[in-house]
Order: sequence, then structure tokens, then C-alpha cells
Amino acid sequence: MAAPTGVLRKTALNETHRRMGARMVEFGGWDMPLEYSGIVPEHMAVRTRAGLFDVSHMGEIEIEGAGALALLQKLTSNDVSRLQIGQAHYSGLMNERGGMVDDLLVHRVGEQSYFLCVNAARREADYDWITRHNDTGARVRNTSDDYAQLALQGPSSTAILQPLTSVNLSALKYYWFARGTVCAVECLVARTGYTGEDGFEVYLPVSESERIWNAIFEAGKSEGIVPCGLGARNTLRLEAGMLLYGHDMNEETTPLEANLRWICKLEKGPFLGRDILQRQAQDGVARVLVGFEMRERGIARDDAPVVVDDTVVGKVTSGSYVPYLKRSIGLARVPREYSATGQRISIEIRGTRAAAEIVPTPFYRRAKG
Amino acid sequence: MSYPSNLRYSDQHEWVLLDGSVATVGITDHAQKQLGDIVFLELPKVGAIVEAGKPCGTVESVKAVSEIFSPVTGAVTEVNSALIESPEWINQDPHGKSWMIRVSLSAPAPLDKLFTAAQYEEYVRQETAS
Repeated sequence: MAAPTGVLRKTALNETHRRMGARMVEFGGWDMPLEYSGIVPEHMAVRTRAGLFDVSHMGEIEIEGAGALALLQKLTSNDVSRLQIGQAHYSGLMNERGGMVDDLLVHRVGEQSYFLCVNAARREADYDWITRHNDTGARVRNTSDDYAQLALQGPSSTAILQPLTSVNLSALKYYWFARGTVCAVECLVARTGYTGEDGFEVYLPVSESERIWNAIFEAGKSEGIVPCGLGARNTLRLEAGMLLYGHDMNEETTPLEANLRWICKLEKGPFLGRDILQRQAQDGVARVLVGFEMRERGIARDDAPVVVDDTVVGKVTSGSYVPYLKRSIGLARVPREYSATGQRISIEIRGTRAAAEIVPTPFYRRAKG
Repeated sequence: MSYPSNLRYSDQHEWVLLDGSVATVGITDHAQKQLGDIVFLELPKVGAIVEAGKPCGTVESVKAVSEIFSPVTGAVTEVNSALIESPEWINQDPHGKSWMIRVSLSAPAPLDKLFTAAQYEEYVRQETAS
């Protein structure tokens, strides 16, 4: 959603992006880099070397106090009681209908304190939703304006970041994080990402954005690091079968309808929408999110109709050509009866139907090394 | 890249090479730069009628789809099928081997609407500046 005034928000690195030749684009009310050298080279750099993304538009919400756990257990679908200090998980911020107010990362930073990373376009909505349901006395703060966030992604990430940070990166497991310094500045360094590749997301003070961006970039030059924009971020996450809020799921779709059964811990105790999810888990969902691959030439774009037997049965929620696999793929929501792997479907692209087939996700999985 | 002076250019960023009653059509260097990495190309079939200023195909990059507007009116006599198989050529050599269609003109090319290379360069400069 665009900012109501029509004025786009800018991250602290806006001028840096322009100076580095970025083509800018509006995203979620923000003026963000779409691409620098091009989506294909940036995508390939992340798969083979390293890429650096400014994702400072993402929001941060901090929840603390004796009621913090209870509040998060009530509002999110994953089981926050399982998190150890220093561990994070992916989850859904839920409404009473079982729909998703947002998808988010929940980091447990202390005995009774949690750090949430939420979508840029949803940060105010999420904060409002959480405070409105806060009956546990937890302290909830929207600290989005305090943090910048850089995502360093790709197989060379550890080699690039280690000389700059006090955090022992090789000891940091996937979806764990640590507080430490980066370029002598206190940061939170998490081994998380939105690309399907190894890498880190660094939460840092806004005022240090440019210095740390430049330092990581300099340190990565010998490894072939490139600055990456939201274009490559989207093709990377899609290739890795990761979802984009507002496209693949929203307030009207449940996690089970978004292939996110794994973030629904139905046995953890009551939470918003749980009864609906339980019923869907027992009875099965009427529509599911599936991956597909084009079998004829053409690129399925978002919202393209999915056709089976001359009937429109669903629509593409995310679709693109993806540079590493060099295929045209996508995610679509279709009735359960058409969701099996191997199911032939057609995608309507500008009035013409092109053949596609349902395939398992993720489309791409990195070799663990 | 400089724009070849033997070509004429449309305000929709197609180029056309006029040779008697035959026109060869492609998209310009500026167009390919705006689109980024091109991965898909859709062209009319041989025999199809194209009309000046009307869409005659589509070109898609990773991030966007864009229509190709025919700068001339006539019947398609030849299609660059090798280019359909290798649309990335458009990024590499937009004014050369990336020609798209040949058209047998049924009406004179609208020269009053087609820029010369120098005019087109100025047009692109103004469009980029705005």
C-alpha cells in the first residue's frame, strides 16, 4: 500500500543506491532499488557467490515482559514456547478467520523478549493488530524506524562477513542469531534469508547503514559480491518456493491454503483462528497453493487464470521466469482435486492458453555443503 | 551505443529498415535496456497483417512484458525464428541480428512519424530526462 500522502519512504541508503546505478521502483510505499546490473546477473551472483540487499523497509516490532510469550502464542500460528534464546522461526500472524494478517520471523532475544521482523507494507497493520489484542500486559513497540536491515546472501556470505563481525558465524546454525558487532557497531546477525541460499540478515542502527553497507561491499569485492534489488529478491524467493505476502497469501487465506501446514502448531494451545485450521486439517482444504512449471512457451504472471477442462479453476499468485533454473514457473491456488503433482493445467496469458504442469516445491534447493 | 543512421525509429522504440517495399523491424537499444534481460519473444506468423502503430507481438524480460508496435503496415513475409529461440540476442545486438519481422508494405511507411537516428537520440534523451 502506498503511503497516503503519495510520498514514498526512503531507506538511509537511497542515495547510495542511486549512486550505484540502481533503477528504483515503488514497493509497499517505499522507493526501493529494483535492480542494479540486472535481475539475471544479480540472481546468479546470489546462487553462486554473494549478493547484498538493502531490506531496511522491513518492519521490526519488539515484545517484552511477563506476558510476551502468551501474547505471541495467542496471535501467531507457530509454537513460540519451543524457541530457545538466540533462535528464530517463521510464523503467521493470525486473525479469527484463520487468515494471515502477515507472515513474519519471530526471534527470541531474551528470557521474556522477542524481536519480530515483518513486511514493510504491513508494519503498521501488524503493530495495530498486536496492540489491539494485547491483554497480557506485554510491552509492544514498533521499532521499525530504529533499524536498518541488510541481507547478505549466497555461498560466500560467511567468508565475506566473518572478518567484519564479532559473531562466530560458523557456529551460527540456520535460523539462529546472535548479538555482536559488525564494523564495531552493535547489531543482530541472523542466519536467515529469503533467497534459498545460505546467508545472513543483519539488523543495524539506521545511522550506520551506509558505513556497514560499504564495508560489506568492500569486503565482498574479491568474492564477486554484487548489490541486488527487489527484482532478484523476488525471483530468488520464488525459485526457492518461498511465499510473498499479499500475493501468495493474505487475510483471506489460511496457512493451510498456502502450503504452510508446517508453521501451524495446532496442539500448542488456543490461538486466533485455530478452530478453523483444525477443521481444515481434519477435513482437508478446498483450495491449495501449488507450484507449476510451464510446458509451453510463455511466462505466467501474477493473477493469470488457471484453466482445467476449459474452466477457470484458480489463479497464479506468483509467476516469473527464474534465471538459475532458466524456466518459467509459478505458484497458483487451485482446487484440491487439481493439485496433484503431474496434473496438467493451462495458464491464460494475455488471452492465449499455454500448457503447464503441477510440480513439487521448492523448485530449487541448494546443495548442502 | 549509437543509433544506425540507415534505420528509422518509432516513438514506441521500434526500429525499421526500409528497402523499397520491404521493411525489417526490431526494437531499439533503448527499449532493450529499459526491459532488462529478455527471456521471451512472441511474433506474428508469416502472412499476418500488421498495421502501423498497432501491437504485433510481445517481448518479455524477467520483470516485465511489453508490446511491440509495428511501425509500418503490410503483410509479414518473414519471421526471425532463430531470435524466438534465443531472445537474449536482443540485449546483445538489438539493431543487427535481432531483427524480428520482415513486412511487405501495403501502404507507404509513415515517414513523417518515424524519427531519424539523430531525432530518435534526442527523443530518448528527453524521455530519459523527464
